[in-house]
Amino acid sequence: MNDLFIYSVLTLSGIGAVAASILFVASKKFKVFEDPKIDEVEEELPSANCGACGFPGCRGFAEAIVNNPDDFDSFNCPVGGNDVMKKVAAIMGKEATEKEPTIAVLKCNGSRQNAPQKIIYSGEQNCALSHSMFSGESGCPSGCLGLGDCVDVCNFGALYIDEETWLPVVDEEKCTSCGACVNVCPRGLFEIMPRGKDNKRIYVACMNTQKGAAAKKNCKVACIGCMKCTKVYETDSVKVTNFCSYISPDVDVENYGSAIIASCPTKAILGVNVEEQKV
Amino acid sequence: MSSQMLTISSSPHVNGEQTTQNIMFGVIIALLPALMVAVIFFGIGAIKVTVAAVATCVLFEYLIQKYMMKSTVAITDGSAALSGLLLAFNLPSNFPIWMVVAGSLVTIGIAKMSFGGLGKNPFNPALVGRVFLLVSFPVHMTNWPVPKWLDFSFADSATGATALSVLKEGLANGQSVGEMQKLMELPSHISLFLGQVGGSLGEVSAVALLLGGIYLLYKEIITWHIPVSFLASVVVISGAFWLFDSQQYADPIFHIVSGGIMLGAIFMATDMVTSPMTPKGQIIFGIGCGLLTVIIRMYGGYPEGVSFAILIMNACVPLIDKMVPAKRFGVK
Amino acid sequence: MKTKTFTMGGIHPADNKLSADKPIEELEIPIEVQIPIAQHIGAPAKPVVKKGDKVKVGTLIAEAGGFISANIHSSVSGTVGIAKEIVGTSGYLEKVISIKVEGDEWEESIIKSDELKKEITLSPDEIQAKVKEAGIVGLGGATFPSHVKFAIPEGCKAEMVLINGVECEPYLTADHRLMLEKGEEILVGTSIAMKALGVDKGVIGIEENKPDAIKHLTKLAENYSGILIQPLKVQYPQGGEKQLIKSITGKEVTAGALPIHYGLAVFNVGTIFAVYEAVQKNKPLIDRIVTVTGKNVSKPSNYKVRIGTPLKELIEKAGGVPENTAKIVSGGPMMGKALTSTEIPATKGTSGVLLFSEKDTKRADETACIRCGKCSTVCCLGLQPFLFAALVRKRNWEKLEEAHVMDCLECGSCSYTCPANLPLVDLIKLGKIEIKKLREARKK
Repeated sequence: MNDLFIYSVLTLSGIGAVAASILFVASKKFKVFEDPKIDEVEEELPSANCGACGFPGCRGFAEAIVNNPDDFDSFNCPVGGNDVMKKVAAIMGKEATEKEPTIAVLKCNGSRQNAPQKIIYSGEQNCALSHSMFSGESGCPSGCLGLGDCVDVCNFGALYIDEETWLPVVDEEKCTSCGACVNVCPRGLFEIMPRGKDNKRIYVACMNTQKGAAAKKNCKVACIGCMKCTKVYETDSVKVTNFCSYISPDVDVENYGSAIIASCPTKAILGVNVEEQKV
Repeated sequence: MSSQMLTISSSPHVNGEQTTQNIMFGVIIALLPALMVAVIFFGIGAIKVTVAAVATCVLFEYLIQKYMMKSTVAITDGSAALSGLLLAFNLPSNFPIWMVVAGSLVTIGIAKMSFGGLGKNPFNPALVGRVFLLVSFPVHMTNWPVPKWLDFSFADSATGATALSVLKEGLANGQSVGEMQKLMELPSHISLFLGQVGGSLGEVSAVALLLGGIYLLYKEIITWHIPVSFLASVVVISGAFWLFDSQQYADPIFHIVSGGIMLGAIFMATDMVTSPMTPKGQIIFGIGCGLLTVIIRMYGGYPEGVSFAILIMNACVPLIDKMVPAKRFGVK
Repeated sequence: MKTKTFTMGGIHPADNKLSADKPIEELEIPIEVQIPIAQHIGAPAKPVVKKGDKVKVGTLIAEAGGFISANIHSSVSGTVGIAKEIVGTSGYLEKVISIKVEGDEWEESIIKSDELKKEITLSPDEIQAKVKEAGIVGLGGATFPSHVKFAIPEGCKAEMVLINGVECEPYLTADHRLMLEKGEEILVGTSIAMKALGVDKGVIGIEENKPDAIKHLTKLAENYSGILIQPLKVQYPQGGEKQLIKSITGKEVTAGALPIHYGLAVFNVGTIFAVYEAVQKNKPLIDRIVTVTGKNVSKPSNYKVRIGTPLKELIEKAGGVPENTAKIVSGGPMMGKALTSTEIPATKGTSGVLLFSEKDTKRADETACIRCGKCSTVCCLGLQPFLFAALVRKRNWEKLEEAHVMDCLECGSCSYTCPANLPLVDLIKLGKIEIKKLREARKK
């Protein structure tokens, strides 16, 4: 009995010792030096691994920052925003430049009410697939297909499809402007734009490049390229190309926002926290 | 122009007839001959056990889908009913009903739903239920009623052992196969083939199960690969032993008509969810089942090894699927 | 003769060849035709006419926009209208050349008579040039420019011409009727292709569900040297190029390889008839046979249609759109494309117009995959659609690419067979779209 006891203890200790020495040798031999700052930076990041920064995951981003300290200004974590970048800057001994907070906006207002259904799509509920087959249930070749690819890829639960309009809705609180929806939308209907001063912003909720009559046929609120908005604000910030208006974020929303919205005969220009006002 | 809106969808625009539902009910239909034989030989007990198992399996599936998984209830697809029927087929006809219910709970609750439901379970649910009952209630599970002809009385019938356990005990006691056959301790091949022997209620009649198997092949619900490779490997391996020493080892025909091999090879091992996808993989799977069955029968602690063999091979399915990919067109 | 077929996968969908005994009728010329400039695989053609130009039947109106592209000719005589865009087969607006019909005046160079011309006077190079000039594309549905197949790449040598008379898609009967009514022309066309490619062997593969065509062509082929009629067991998708090659020659064309690497050139019977007309009659591709059918269609028929004719004209002629029509498909039911309207014009690729009620085409609700492996069993390329479906749903595009999803020809056998009604082809198409995006991104 005693023998058995001793043998088992010896065998197990022996195995332990051998394994430990293998581990020791391996850890010495295969040791890779890593800047401890990488871990520190990663610690501060939101761990969403969304790729919005342009790197594969937060770890990749942290490595990139630490390995290229000179280009610190070119890095940004849109999810963490200014707070996180400030902390990262502190670790790196740099100064973080304040960046304007941004948000994703859907540049289509082709709801079921504005752009009535003409055709039924059945099959896998996926925008990219549906996009490859036809112009959409309303007939608008640039409009939102409403099948929610953007909702599927949003890591932050900031998007949902409204049951009445069949359009995705961006949750202002949750959106981190990571840009996943921008990349996935087969029609490129999302744009990351600054939230604007006092959270006021205006944008053209249409990307239809057909001529006015053709666009209007499928959707009541399509931009028809009538140029009226450009008359209200005569700079390059509001311009019409391919029968579709684009209002850049640098437009003076405070003073002209309401007027620009009011100028649109099809109500294709939407404002957030900006009231329509007749001038 | 018609008033209806046109539909756009991807090709193909026509669809085949086969659905999950009619596959499941097809298997149930294929099991009916064996059920009839069970009723003829085991009477009212067979009906009681079968009804109890099917009803409780369907009920548990309903309850779990509705209240625990909060998903759509899909009991009409027939998969729960089929699991229940197969479970019943693996039980003796005098099995206490409350134990049947426990078996159903394990079959549906643990072996199927805890993995996510239909299509996701790695092990054949009915076999998991059976093995659970076998290890929990070994006495009840090995106490087989002796078959009678069309007896519908409610009285407890006489019980006995299966051919395989007689064989195992006899060999352990030093009897030879020949002696046992001479003493009529072992049932004849013919009664094994027809099913007038002790055993689980669904496994006894090889001929009824074969009939079901032919129906499944005809309906293209199963392919020949698993049953044939399973049975063939049993015949080859047990045949080799038998040729080596016909007094210590039973002949191959005895092996394939006794016990649960027919039921296992035709209905349990061919369960789509828990068997390999490719024909080649299926043959490997069938051979594995056959090999393990014979080994357990000859050297294992239990007289019968089909359920364990199939469950062990179920565990190997992901591996087989990975190792034996389908041959692609134009690739040597 | 012994029948042959391909060995891997395949299904047997219900035939439904409702219009098989309906002779080809010539459809009246419409008031106006809309001829899309992109009717083929490859670069769109470049218009060479402008508004107000007078054109005749056979006048070149758009010229090939590259090597893989095809000329387009006017199918009617009349005046070219303003350049416009209308919704086409793609479901999107497509550029079309619209022509207001005035009379039916043909280019003088075209021989209008139906008289059979057997003697082939042109040289191989002239034949190839003629095919290119005539704007012939694969009329089976793929619309691949045919002249490319006559240009044998360096290092390859043609040994045999295969003619696809399989028509494995259910419902369609256009090729079947053509073989019955234009058998001699098809055989002459085959001889032309053989001459152009410098081979002395041609095989026409026909499925056994067309015994009349097999009999008819076998009898006629006795007078043509080197042409053999090969009956084939009915199995979908035998009309696929690779499957046809496997069926007839036993050779397996690897993914990424072309038939010509194996010494083969495959043409559809419709294409070969167009080749005959181009070479012997100097007639460009301005019309084609279209099957209009469906279980509720009052007169399922086969029409000879001028390219650019709105589909509603064909449908009207066949008895109009049935009341309960839920889906209109261009092409066959297995690989055809659902259409958004009946205003869409017939193009070179329109082999059929199918009108389905909801009952004919309804897909049952999707249930859980039961790993039955039937999708894999019926896959004619030995792929694993169930795996594709799982990977697409997980958005795992890299793994999907490794699983060879790009080889898939989308024949639809897997979706057709799936007992759980998984939209396998939908998911495969989606996977391909995403992988193409990924490949684009990698290039950058």
